[in-house]
Amino acid sequence: MLYIFKSRLLKGVVTRQIEPGLRGEVEAAGFQLRALITEKFGRSLHIREVDTGSCGACESEIIAANNPIYDIQRFGINFVASPRHADALLVTGPVSKNMLCALKKTYDAMPEPKFVITAGDCALDGGAFKNSYYVEGAVSKVLPVVLHIPGCPPSPLTIIQTLLAFFESGRPH
Amino acid sequence: MDSPEIVQGIKARFPGSVSVSEPYPEEVCLEVDSGAFKDICLTLHKKLRSPVMMLFAVDERECLKRFTIHAVFINAKKGQWFTVTTAVPRETPSFNALATAIHSAALFEREIREMFGIEPAGNPDIRRLNLHNEVWPEGNYPLRKDFTAVEAGNSAPEYKFDRVEGEGIFEVPVGPVHAGIIGPGHFRFSVAGEPIINLETRLGFTHRGVEKLFEGMPYADASGLAERVSGDSSFAHSLACVRAFEKIFGVSVPARATYLRSIFLELERMYNHINDIGGMAVDVGFSFPAAYASIVKEAILQLNEKLTGNRYLKTTVVTGGIRHDINEIKTKILLGCLDGIRHDFDEAVKILTSSISFMDRVDTTGVLRRKTAEDLGVLGLAGRASGIALDLRSYDTGPYKKAKFKMAVEQSGDVLARLNLRIAEFRESCRLIGFFIDDLPQAKECYTTAAPKAGSGIGYTEGWRGPVLYWIKTDAKGAIERCKVVDPSFHNWQGLSYAVLGNIIPDFPLCNKSFDLSYSGNDL
Repeated sequence: MLYIFKSRLLKGVVTRQIEPGLRGEVEAAGFQLRALITEKFGRSLHIREVDTGSCGACESEIIAANNPIYDIQRFGINFVASPRHADALLVTGPVSKNMLCALKKTYDAMPEPKFVITAGDCALDGGAFKNSYYVEGAVSKVLPVVLHIPGCPPSPLTIIQTLLAFFESGRPH
Repeated sequence: MDSPEIVQGIKARFPGSVSVSEPYPEEVCLEVDSGAFKDICLTLHKKLRSPVMMLFAVDERECLKRFTIHAVFINAKKGQWFTVTTAVPRETPSFNALATAIHSAALFEREIREMFGIEPAGNPDIRRLNLHNEVWPEGNYPLRKDFTAVEAGNSAPEYKFDRVEGEGIFEVPVGPVHAGIIGPGHFRFSVAGEPIINLETRLGFTHRGVEKLFEGMPYADASGLAERVSGDSSFAHSLACVRAFEKIFGVSVPARATYLRSIFLELERMYNHINDIGGMAVDVGFSFPAAYASIVKEAILQLNEKLTGNRYLKTTVVTGGIRHDINEIKTKILLGCLDGIRHDFDEAVKILTSSISFMDRVDTTGVLRRKTAEDLGVLGLAGRASGIALDLRSYDTGPYKKAKFKMAVEQSGDVLARLNLRIAEFRESCRLIGFFIDDLPQAKECYTTAAPKAGSGIGYTEGWRGPVLYWIKTDAKGAIERCKVVDPSFHNWQGLSYAVLGNIIPDFPLCNKSFDLSYSGNDL
């Protein structure tokens, strides 16, 4: 236990240790995002993530956005375990036929008001898998998507910056 | 036993029904009569003590008026591959199921049945794997060449889970949407009180028809799709894919490129191993070392970006070499980062292993016995944790041989064994990268052009989960006619179902993370 405290003190605050350029970008976007989320959602935005057939790289980057370096939670964004707790649904993957039903059910389980975000090229139009016999392609064909985060996969910084740009534009209404 | 000896034995036992060829030094191909197929596979399985590494069909009805079935085994002593091929008539597509004698063939046969409509006669379990009954009408076989797109619909009988019945037994269904940020899969636990007495995993939710998408693709584009088969193994997949092309086209890769490939392969292994070590800490609720581990992972991802421009090493490898050379400045960055990474890694491991309550949770939890692992064909890291000493890196004749690569093996098969193995492999990877940098051959080019030709061959590499295998058949222009992908997850998901037996459901996430298998790599 004592060792943990010692190690904790020696390591310091790691969000400050990332490269100066990157840290500046993350924090500049992040703290504006924090202010907008406080204004729009009271305190914080809760997101439920659903993978509809992604390769796992998008998930890895969303998890990375939650790591101590980017720490997206300090900007008021929480990833939650149940659609019942969520304000927004974050969908990755090209919607495989097997996931179509589960995706709709997850959306239906969310309380109103709610909105849908997609992340990664697959979710936009099927990406590398768009010509497959087993994918539906764009998530927007299934659910009302209001924001897309581009990239294959989108980096944690892109996720933060895209969310900021979206809220800055005054949406969702 | 040596390979020529085994081939001689088979020829003597089945006179007139085997023809042998050696298209590449490390591949032996046996073309056999359909009547002898099962017996010859069983002979190889027993003599080589090898599971069915790959088993797949090819639709050759157009030119040869038949389907063919290929079974691939490995000679673990020499690193040599045995492919047994047999013809299946197109009118009554059926073959003798291997699954009744070799369990590791069972899932492959279910896959062949749903994708080609070829009946594995005698296989007791012919339920579909990836094309779920709820959405895919019966009688449509996507990997046949004459397949045309169909509307989704439900005309198939309901999928039946294995049922355990008796007093006090109940089922716990979990998934496909899980609580974490993770891929989709369905787990059906049968429990009596706390302990799990049966776990059935139903996957296929991320099925995207990858093998069909490969068909007709020019060789230069294929590695891009291979990178998207399993996002956390994108380098291993693209490397296995291009190595198949290099074998077929007869390309010899510049020595510098093989070193660089090995460096990137080890970087991928490192960021995934530390991710899993952190994941195990999360799953027992020990968040401090988990946070530490995610810092290490992020450091490696950022290093990847500095070296190749991509955090997941995508678009790095090409047929004939590698796109991104590591110059002197990058070497300094790499070595500098590696010191920090090694320090943080040691710190995280020290915090974890000095916690008695953590060690108590992982010790003797989720045991996968060696015999079970061998029967199921469990490979790679999970196999080595159960005492199966197979690591494709040990057959390398280039950089790994020079670096005197040391394979780590554990015997106990529990979560602790898989944890210790990851720790050992991470440290070995650090050492290897250091060696590769010191020994990096000087050359101007790290890329040669390839002249495409028709042929087929196995491309393989030891990814962080285990062997990633690509069997590719090309036409004269180098476009893909058939590509079979096997990610180690395909073998190892079954291992998880056996490892959790007798454990309590709250330990399932821990067992699951200790395997950390890919959903998308399994479902394709």
